[in-house]
Amino acid sequence: MIDIQLKDTPLITQECVDYVASASAGGSTVFIGTVRNQTKGKPVLRLEFESYAPMAISEMRKIAEQAQAKWNCEKISIHHRVGVLDIGEIAVIIAVATPHRKAAFEACEYCIDTLKETVPIWKKEFFEDGEVWVAAHP
Amino acid sequence: MKINILAFGIAKDIINSSTLGLEISDGTTVGQLKAQLTSQFPDFEKLRSLSIAVNQEYQEDDFLLSEKDEIVIIPPVSGG
Repeated sequence: MIDIQLKDTPLITQECVDYVASASAGGSTVFIGTVRNQTKGKPVLRLEFESYAPMAISEMRKIAEQAQAKWNCEKISIHHRVGVLDIGEIAVIIAVATPHRKAAFEACEYCIDTLKETVPIWKKEFFEDGEVWVAAHP
Repeated sequence: MKINILAFGIAKDIINSSTLGLEISDGTTVGQLKAQLTSQFPDFEKLRSLSIAVNQEYQEDDFLLSEKDEIVIIPPVSGG
């Protein structure tokens, strides 16, 4: 079972944890990505995430399906935030439940690593003296 | 044929709009479209990568474009 959500309201960790809960899963892992207050020592004021929503959702679903096939995951929940986020707010939550713990860690790491490479979501960082689209340039 | 392209992230800043109408010849591929965009907007060359999504799927350079396709410029992504 897979739960994918792209939301413009604050993400709620418990929703993802509850979604993956299963009597036959011996372990679940949760990754929570939050807005950091600096980049390379430069204070960040806030972030803005923009997405190509229909494709962002379908690409997140693909990642969850790949993880499910590779690690025998019972349930995966991926929630990603869009819009303006303040420091400390949650940008992404990934919860994975598997029969044994090792697979839960590996599948969760696979999901966040792949999400950062393929899902059409763009992060803009706002500094005191300007703004930058993250990772756009080499 | 006439195509409408959507742009997100830094691609929007580069073309200075979230949409771009282009006249391309029949049989234009994704690779040729990227070349056309880069010659019209040289700043695309400075990016870490440049991908094109057609109907919400990434497509390789040899993919043929059609008039009714939903074509989107995908600059380097940075979610998570």
